[in-house]
Amino acid sequence: MSDTSAPTNRFLAHTLFVMRQNPVTMLAFGLLGFLILCAVFGPALAPYDPLASEGAILQPPSAAHWFGTDQLGRDVFSRVIVATRLDLVISVGAVALSFVAGSILGSIAGYWGGWYDAVVSRGLDIIMAFPLFVLAMGIVAALGNTVENVIYATAVINTPFYARVVRAEVNIRREAGFVQAAKLAGNSDLRVLALHIFPNALPPMMVQVSLNLGWAVLNAAGLSFIGLGVRPPTPEWGIMVAEGAGFIISGEWWLALFPGLWLMLAVFTFNLLGDGLRDIVDPKQRR
Amino acid sequence: MLEIRDLHVTFETRNGAVDAVRGVDLDLAKGETLGLVGESGSGKSVTAFSILRILDSGGQIASGTLTYDGIDLSQANEAALNDLRGREISMIFQNPRAALNPIRKIGHQIEDVLRRHARATRYDARQKAIAALQEVKIHDAEARYHAYPFELSGGMCQRVVIAIALACQPRLLIADEPTTGLDVTTQKSVMDLVRQLSIARKMSVILITHDLGLAGEYCDQLVVMKDGQLVEQGAPATLTQTPQHSYTRRLVAATPLPGKAIHDLIEDGTPHDTPQISQETGLSVRNLEMTFAGKNGPVHALKGISFDLKWGGALGLVGESGSGKSTASSIIARLLDPTGGEVLFDGASITATPARAFVKDPRRSAIQMVFQDATDSLNPRHSARQAIAEPLKRLTKLGRSDRMARVFELAEKVGLPAPLLDRLPHQLSGGQKARVGIARALALEPKLLILDEPTAALDVSIQARVLNLLADLRESMGLTYLFVSHDLAVVKLLCDEVVVLRQGQIEEAGPAEDVLRSPKADYTKALLRGARWASLMDDVTPVTF
Amino acid sequence: MASRARIVGGRLLQAIPVVIGVVIITFVLTRALPGDPAAYFAGDAADEASIQQVREALGLDKSMPEQFLRYVGDLLRGDLGTSLSTGQSVLDDLARRLPASLELTLTALILSCIVAIPLGVMAATAPGSWKDHLCRVFVTAGVSLPTFFTGILLIYIFYFVLELAPAPLGRLDFIFIEPDPVTGFYLIDSAMARDWETFWGAAKQLVLPACTMALFTLAPIARMTRAAMLAALSSDYIRTARAAGLARRTVLMRYAFRNAMLPVVTTLGMVFSFALGANVLVEKVFAWPGIGSYAVDALVASDYAAVQGFVLTMALLFVALNLLIDLAYAAIDPRIGFDGA
Repeated sequence: MSDTSAPTNRFLAHTLFVMRQNPVTMLAFGLLGFLILCAVFGPALAPYDPLASEGAILQPPSAAHWFGTDQLGRDVFSRVIVATRLDLVISVGAVALSFVAGSILGSIAGYWGGWYDAVVSRGLDIIMAFPLFVLAMGIVAALGNTVENVIYATAVINTPFYARVVRAEVNIRREAGFVQAAKLAGNSDLRVLALHIFPNALPPMMVQVSLNLGWAVLNAAGLSFIGLGVRPPTPEWGIMVAEGAGFIISGEWWLALFPGLWLMLAVFTFNLLGDGLRDIVDPKQRR
Repeated sequence: MLEIRDLHVTFETRNGAVDAVRGVDLDLAKGETLGLVGESGSGKSVTAFSILRILDSGGQIASGTLTYDGIDLSQANEAALNDLRGREISMIFQNPRAALNPIRKIGHQIEDVLRRHARATRYDARQKAIAALQEVKIHDAEARYHAYPFELSGGMCQRVVIAIALACQPRLLIADEPTTGLDVTTQKSVMDLVRQLSIARKMSVILITHDLGLAGEYCDQLVVMKDGQLVEQGAPATLTQTPQHSYTRRLVAATPLPGKAIHDLIEDGTPHDTPQISQETGLSVRNLEMTFAGKNGPVHALKGISFDLKWGGALGLVGESGSGKSTASSIIARLLDPTGGEVLFDGASITATPARAFVKDPRRSAIQMVFQDATDSLNPRHSARQAIAEPLKRLTKLGRSDRMARVFELAEKVGLPAPLLDRLPHQLSGGQKARVGIARALALEPKLLILDEPTAALDVSIQARVLNLLADLRESMGLTYLFVSHDLAVVKLLCDEVVVLRQGQIEEAGPAEDVLRSPKADYTKALLRGARWASLMDDVTPVTF
Repeated sequence: MASRARIVGGRLLQAIPVVIGVVIITFVLTRALPGDPAAYFAGDAADEASIQQVREALGLDKSMPEQFLRYVGDLLRGDLGTSLSTGQSVLDDLARRLPASLELTLTALILSCIVAIPLGVMAATAPGSWKDHLCRVFVTAGVSLPTFFTGILLIYIFYFVLELAPAPLGRLDFIFIEPDPVTGFYLIDSAMARDWETFWGAAKQLVLPACTMALFTLAPIARMTRAAMLAALSSDYIRTARAAGLARRTVLMRYAFRNAMLPVVTTLGMVFSFALGANVLVEKVFAWPGIGSYAVDALVASDYAAVQGFVLTMALLFVALNLLIDLAYAAIDPRIGFDGA
């Protein structure tokens, strides 16, 4: 209402406050920053060409090749760094899509109820009736092995989570005093829903976002591990683990270990982000 | 029997240690009933919890002694203390339904206590539990033994909680706001039961309450607390008639009592002019019906109620929970469509426009509402300023600077300091939130203001201020009030007319003075008796207070 | 409790549209699979005419609605088609492999519950303590590890380096003879036959894959237990129980824990979904002869009857499990059936 810069400043100050409050959140944001850095500047940061043979094959980690080289002599470190962008794009893209779709479906179902709610809820039940990874497998297999399809499949299996959270949050606030007050103040139903109810559903959704970012990475890597989605020689963590798995038996552990650890680091970061993100969007944390 | 000396209790919070109790001294004799009175944050419950050492996490007795029967409870080890709990000293709580384990049969919950303190064996536990239920006057105790808490009414649950507390014949009972969350008529029966049992068993009772009237009626000795400290102590009659401390005086003044005018509730109150009530009918409710589709068939929330309200008048819609008073106010505020009947506003039907389309009705700004729970009625993400400006933004053509000027004006009118305007709801106190709610409702200069229990969640001293504010506003702005409440005492202060609702029907209606002085319906009498307002009625001997 | 029976009946009815939806989605998905099954079936040497013949035999020349009706008809008769790669009936293939998958998944979940629930309770009784933080980091790390990676790592450590575990090649080393199939679960079957050697052999094979999956499912169970326990411990009835002097154990177990288990039971559905999905990857890593590895092979070969059968089986299994969980919930929560809650 007042000066436009004031809320932005307040938001920033609050974000900093939340980070200082919780060291785990600070760590998570730090790691996230690092991952984003890798994603944006990956190709520039990588010491070697991730697709070209740059040395002897199957070399253990050394000063020249920090993570060793693979069966084609490619630098594992460079491949791991460059893969960050692809994996983050998949997870962020999928989560953004499901966030939007889930919010719309859930808000409408929670606010107006009735037959619309029944249809949406049954539809979500059907998606949830499949073990999610299995459904993602089916979708990617049917639509074809492309990165876009991995994103769509991941978005589809995540949508019910958002829709359910939003539906429940909207539903409990539908009759709240401030909602009725907003109607008395002359807000239409749509405005009440969008401006008064939905923003209050954000804190629990942020926890969901952070968990889902993690799942999305795992999901994408899992799909490529079984040969769906991203195809070699594209550097991607799941494929690299899958390819490296065969060499573990002969003692070349670095091929699978480093991409696996990197993958774990990314998922770990996303999982830890949840509480911090929630605190940032929750006005009750401000003082 | 119980002697508390210089008790200090601190709580670790995120903002550092907070002293909840600061140097309290108390003495309790055998068989005595002591009332611990104070408003929220006075430390009265914390004092009680520290006797049993069941403080919430982070709470700690910092210093002082609590001597019960020669044992210092503050030093006793956990095992010894646990042996005393429920056997020597028991406790009952507010919100009885939540105080019982939701998925355990009530009979078993009583048995747990009996078995724990070796008052029963596996073989006779059931009999003793049923006996305990009978003692708290639960009918058909054998059948109730198998009931779960959700199958019982609130009053019944409180009886079960009492049965659990008294199963092992304790010598001291601590009752923490035992009537909060119960209907007025149930409150009285619960308190009478506690009194009866304490006399029969020669048991001491500590009654913790925010309600000076309640404490005065049931206690031998009163202690008033504020900000973790003892303010004043004495017999009920002396304390309420000749309060010494200024806080006690304020508290006594703020308690609505027969014969008081609204300005008597606050110290610096000035009498209000007799309201100018027009002869013209402003609001007319005709045969209003509301039926909801329930799970076990239709629920008739309103069974055809009618009443009129003149411009400038104030009408109190009184009833307990389930009476349909909130349904009626929602319909009149055009948040809900009735299933039958109509509401005329200024002679024209407002129910002809469906609720969802009423936003665009020109009469939207003329009918506004102040909500029951100030916390619930403010969007947690919007500052006070945004909340008050919202209706102006949607329903007026004021520009931004005009809007801001109007917000300041409204804040001043309701006594909200301007620096608080930028705060979010959780950064405001209960009274401040109530003021924001009133300012928002007044923003559009409505003709009719519906007040839905606007003071129900507030402490009495704040309630006194808010009620006076409402009376001032009515005087200065010529507002018409529809006041919805369960509290006859408050209704009497603000309203000229009363409509008593029960289960969707009108029990009694008429000028407030007449209905309260000589109620005709038995239900109204029961309500008045429950509210300890019996003294007002002509045909009942007055209770001294 | 007539109302309770109605709730149960209502819940069963609710599953019907879900099952119908599952069948439709499965049909649509598998028809969209790339590759021409008729060409695949007819063999490499087939000419256009014989492919056409096979196509007609399979009903693939008909319109989609007709194919769907035919598919539903087959389903009702229990016919899931014939697998291209194994040449067997898909139903038989799945029936033979399902016990392997179930044995692995259930063992993993039981293991996970045994570890996660006490962890959650421990964290909740001391919120904010080092125990609590350690718990959180441990379970978060568990769920952050991709199962296929954990599996490979465990194999490397326990089989390759320490040589403690047997070769990760299926349910039983070839030196043992498979126990007589009664339940299909090797552990139970061999125990029933009192063949302890085989029992240990099967158990050894099971440990690593089960641990891999359990590690992945710890987090949701532990988190929910912690949250539910915290909520229960801060509720009013706990204060009543404490004020009545009930023993700490009674308060913790009979009052707090039982109430806390209600939300945990409902999350088990979610955990099953997790586990069944992870199952596919774990089976591939450990060459486990379950339906997951069957599906992966079928996907690679565009074997649509097998994929369809797998997806359908998984979904129906999951619907049935969720139904069981809901019924179990109704059985332990007395409030269900009252007020239709």
